[in-house]
Amino acid sequence: MIWVDTVVQGVLLGGLYALFAAGLSLVFGIMRLVNLAHGDLIVMAAYLILVLVTVLGLPPFLAAAVAAPVMFGIGWVLQKYLLNRTLGSDILPPLLVTFGLSIALQNALLEGFSADSQRLPTGAISTSSLEIGALNIGVLPLLTFASAIAVIIGLNQLFYRTSLGRAFRATSDDPVTASLMGIKPGHVFATATAIAMLVVTLAALYLGMRANFDPNIGPARLIYAFQAVIIGGLGSLWGTLAGGVIIGVSQTIGAAINPEWQILAGHVAFLLVLLVRPRGLFPRAVD
Amino acid sequence: MSDISTTPRYVVTTHTTASRIAATGAVILFLVLVMVPFFAGRGLIQDLFFILTMLVLAQFWNLLAGYGGLVSIGQQAFVGMGAYAMFGGVILAGMDPIPAILLGGVAAFLVAIPTAFFAFRLQGPYFAIGTWVIAEVMRLIMAQVKALGGGTGTSLPRSATREMWATEWIAGMLDVRNSAARDILTYWLALLLAAATIAGIYWLLRSKRGLALSAVRDNPEAAKSVGVDAGRMKWLVFLTSAFGTGLAGALIYVQKARISPDAAFSVTDWTAYVLFIVIIGGIGTIEGPIIGVIIFFLLQALLADYGTWYLFTLGIIGIVVMLFAPRGVWGLISDKTGIQLFPVRRRLSGGTLGEE
Repeated sequence: MIWVDTVVQGVLLGGLYALFAAGLSLVFGIMRLVNLAHGDLIVMAAYLILVLVTVLGLPPFLAAAVAAPVMFGIGWVLQKYLLNRTLGSDILPPLLVTFGLSIALQNALLEGFSADSQRLPTGAISTSSLEIGALNIGVLPLLTFASAIAVIIGLNQLFYRTSLGRAFRATSDDPVTASLMGIKPGHVFATATAIAMLVVTLAALYLGMRANFDPNIGPARLIYAFQAVIIGGLGSLWGTLAGGVIIGVSQTIGAAINPEWQILAGHVAFLLVLLVRPRGLFPRAVD
Repeated sequence: MSDISTTPRYVVTTHTTASRIAATGAVILFLVLVMVPFFAGRGLIQDLFFILTMLVLAQFWNLLAGYGGLVSIGQQAFVGMGAYAMFGGVILAGMDPIPAILLGGVAAFLVAIPTAFFAFRLQGPYFAIGTWVIAEVMRLIMAQVKALGGGTGTSLPRSATREMWATEWIAGMLDVRNSAARDILTYWLALLLAAATIAGIYWLLRSKRGLALSAVRDNPEAAKSVGVDAGRMKWLVFLTSAFGTGLAGALIYVQKARISPDAAFSVTDWTAYVLFIVIIGGIGTIEGPIIGVIIFFLLQALLADYGTWYLFTLGIIGIVVMLFAPRGVWGLISDKTGIQLFPVRRRLSGGTLGEE
């Protein structure tokens, strides 16, 4: 039974990783941009929520709702005025600019909030759990997983059912032709990153409620997110969820064998998938 | 027919006047740098050691990213493996640290083979993060090796550092203490490694392989169509760069004499800094990393007291340079003046071009 419990915890942890990854997956799918500052943006959003909670005394969920439009704006401006300038056939500029951004963000957060680890106050929700048979499932992990599924359904609806989603797909396929049809690729990209930042805010909320965070943890979140995207296959959001679950389950199983192996087990699972299925489990985009 | 012997022949050259002056200057600079320990204090030797080892790391990253088109964020894997192999040789096999540096290079080369096997399955930006993941895997594995200190790390045994090859001889010759002699020895090795790296990369780029390399970087399809084996060039560049980075890593940790997984596999120290050096100086040139490392050192000397602000500034400078001067400081200089100190472009000269 202990193993069933471990796997269930891993699946739920995978929901958190899928939330980390969904924004990355969205941005990559539309503009082939890998944002190396993605993890640091999650951490930044967590600090934004923390400030709202401590200064205004808001409960975390409300604080995240206030932070979301702010992050949306930051994402829009970031893409429109910085990252759009780096797009092109050369892969160096976007990689190096976002890497520079990652270093700058991390150190700005260190300067502003020190290296002390923080946590969002959660109240009763962090300790309450549901009893299903012999399993004890925490409400917060369950909520995280449900949010991940909601986000993926929402993004898929947006992608395939709305005119904005059509603009996303058109620009992704062929920006030049799309712009002939009256679409401004620059605007579409900015909107996509802004939406990704909404997902980032939600990921930050659960990150901050479930565990301690400090300014240095961004790169590790980026790596988990990246692994989930690659395992799932490029361009498939459900694949990203599956990837997150595989990383999550590997980590909890690894940790159950030896606590020091938690992170390593996730990485090894990633390398194994890469060995067997280099294009991921459910590849959609050809790239 | 007799014309052939009298008319000047066409010659393909790469040398320019500037490059001949630069070559002479480089030899003189090398000799001056060799002599530095005879008149300079320990502080300067340590600064120069830092500059030279960062230069080696930067040249190899530049070879990888600037010439090979392989943008890696995982060079710390090879610094760390090189350093740990050197420690392993000294602590577990009782080797002298100096020959153990070679072991570091070989170890980095060997782990680069499976690394490349995995990382080459990923393209472009995914290759970048993939190399980073592999470096993390190595860090986590080395943290499990209890014989080398596990997660907290370990130091080189005092007996090994005190009796290191040639330190006694240097201490006697220069009349300095043992610890200063060790700094001088590692400095000389760093100088040798830096000179060999620059000369070796320059030689590679001027050879037929270098031409193939540039062709693959600029247009892989066109390069393949004229018979260049693009896959083999990637392997060549990746393994060469891993070997050199491993040597540098081992050498750096002979001087530090203390290792921990977090320090040896630090993405900031061994990849972020190196990236900024190459970007600021000018990617895809041999001159770029040389200028970049000098600017980096001056920035660090000016701003190091400000800790986090220093790194913040470095990040912003990297972004600004990438956006507004993507070919770095050397790119600006060479656009203005047309000077190339290490030219690799082949030019046709002599003969009677256009005189028919």
